[in-house]
Amino acid sequence: MDYFIELLFGGLTRGSIYALIALGYTMVYGIIGLINFAHGEIYMIGAFTSFIVATVLSIYGFPLLAIVVIAALAAAVWSSAYGVTIEKIAYRPLRHAPRLSPLISAIGMSIFLQNYVLLAQTSDFLPFPALIPEFAFMEPVAHIVGSSDLVILITTTLVMFALTLLIKFTRIGKAMRATAQDRTMAMLVGINVDRVISATFVIGSALAALGGMLIASHIGQINFYIGFLAGIKAFTAAVLGGIGSIPGAVLGSLVLGLTESFATGYVSSDYEDVFAFSLLVLILIFKPSGLLGKAETKKV
Amino acid sequence: MFPVKELKRSLFVSIWFAFLTFPIMVIKVDPIERIVSWRWDNMIFVAIGSFVLSILAKVYFVRKERRAGSKKAQTVLTEPYVHRILREPRFLYPLSLAVLTFAILFPHLFSAYQTNIMTTALMYVVLGLGLNIVVGVAGLLDLGYVAFYAVGAYSYALLNMHFGLSFWLAMPIGGLLAAFVGVLLGFPVLRLRGDYLAIVTLGFGEIIRLVLENWNDFSQGPSGIANISRPGFFGIDMSFSASINYIYYLVVGLVVVTIFVVNRLQSSRLGRAWLALREDEIACQAMGIDKTKTKLIAFSLGAFWAGLVGVIFAAKTTFVNPASFTFLESAIILSIVVLGGMGSIVGVILGALTLILLPEYLRALSEYRMLAFGAILVIMMIFRPEGLISNVRRSYRFKKQTSSESE
Repeated sequence: MDYFIELLFGGLTRGSIYALIALGYTMVYGIIGLINFAHGEIYMIGAFTSFIVATVLSIYGFPLLAIVVIAALAAAVWSSAYGVTIEKIAYRPLRHAPRLSPLISAIGMSIFLQNYVLLAQTSDFLPFPALIPEFAFMEPVAHIVGSSDLVILITTTLVMFALTLLIKFTRIGKAMRATAQDRTMAMLVGINVDRVISATFVIGSALAALGGMLIASHIGQINFYIGFLAGIKAFTAAVLGGIGSIPGAVLGSLVLGLTESFATGYVSSDYEDVFAFSLLVLILIFKPSGLLGKAETKKV
Repeated sequence: MFPVKELKRSLFVSIWFAFLTFPIMVIKVDPIERIVSWRWDNMIFVAIGSFVLSILAKVYFVRKERRAGSKKAQTVLTEPYVHRILREPRFLYPLSLAVLTFAILFPHLFSAYQTNIMTTALMYVVLGLGLNIVVGVAGLLDLGYVAFYAVGAYSYALLNMHFGLSFWLAMPIGGLLAAFVGVLLGFPVLRLRGDYLAIVTLGFGEIIRLVLENWNDFSQGPSGIANISRPGFFGIDMSFSASINYIYYLVVGLVVVTIFVVNRLQSSRLGRAWLALREDEIACQAMGIDKTKTKLIAFSLGAFWAGLVGVIFAAKTTFVNPASFTFLESAIILSIVVLGGMGSIVGVILGALTLILLPEYLRALSEYRMLAFGAILVIMMIFRPEGLISNVRRSYRFKKQTSSESE
């Protein structure tokens, strides 16, 4: 039973990290209908920025709490900056191009960013400083649920809650929903669509950066290549839940996280990534609209 | 020439990029030794570089607008010179003869090392032409193309290891197996929309690689399969250098066959159906084209070519392992097709030769190879989506009796 609970919590932790990344995919897809292939790289850059900032601060002897806050802020700020810049350079000029063009451009951007980090930093795995302390009150259950699992679950729940409020009640949230429904119509009623798109990239990138920092601190190492796999898995989660739907992305991520956790725990750990990819292929074949998505009908 | 406003904008761009790249370009930490090194010189490079690039981009866009303004009347796409020359038989035959002669003499003129590089480049030409059928002509973005390449390579490696099958028997088998896998994957997947298709093929490519890596009993895992026999020639034993030349000629032959087949296909009924499908699926179905069948043929034909090259790859290196078939390989082949010009045969050939040979000869730049490939994909999409040599659809015009010029 302990093993089951351990896997359950492992899966939930995994799933909530996927959710932080998948939200970026799903929001961008909902608004401009593009698979933002470089989103995994944004997550990687977020993890790297927080790694650099946290290490520098710890060398200069800052207290742990200050390090965590500053590193998280820095990761969010720089990742959002990257997100907005990528959108401006690689996607905005192609907004009216045929559908494949922005996708190819996004793939190019993803390869470019990976190699940019590889060349500017290193190709080695770097040890990520432990930002989450082992809590004393978690001692009795520490062999099943780690402190970082708890922190990740609480943080992501809070972030999701804040995001829901933002999208439901604020002005920019309403503008985002309107743009997602019908871009031309939103423009006609006076919404600055360019700004809404930028805001979407900012929010999505900041969430991904937070996810990157949390998972890097949880696993304890990072590398320039982590974004590729995480990106694909988060995309799988977004599709599983129904791309474009925000609750769908969260549900899909949790399902994917649990599936992976139980499959590696009970079946085989060699094929960890194969499960995610097979799930992706199966969903797209049998239910391309996802769990909570609406089937897209095309009118001629 | 540049108004102050533009300079100000470029200055802002350069400050923005200096800020953007600050943590990753400037700071480098060593977490074990606990040393921070500040590389401020990088920041200056980034600032100057982005300043210059932003001005160049602005100049380009201004020019483009001006050109669009002045030439609004004649927006007919002109065929690139290369295609116009190749259309004329009196240029085409001597030119292809010259290229062929050069290709045949190549191993005698240059060292074995050069021949080896050229063989690799020509293999990418064939891969590019194969992917060109799928991406360029039929418009199906396939990001897992390398999976079929792997199927070809592994089918020869395994058949050779277990049954001692010869290269010549393995070649059609490898190709057909890859095509079969293509059909198997394509059948359920091809009804998806374009961008989903891209992701599914990407996932599929990764699955194949991961299975090869982890299924030790089948594929010997990450260590791969060594001692694959080189292709034989009627049982004659060849020296090492002779076999390099032999494989080279084999690949040249394959390139010629591929060019012939792809060229014939493009103007066939099937080729026109692909083009139509790329442009508008719904209209195409309304015209009575079987969408699934047509796409499936494109997909499996592309896979077939990847399989053939895979067999040659295994025979050339005499060693295969899963590390040769990563997503980056697919990305390189895609860059070849995109750079050269989707749908254009000459374009793809030039694209492959530039992208593969250039990093080989500019060793200093080879570190930046993948960075450049990524940048090429983005830049080409923004500035020249049709590629270096654009493929203008063949048009037929009524020829007047009196006019001497035919288009």
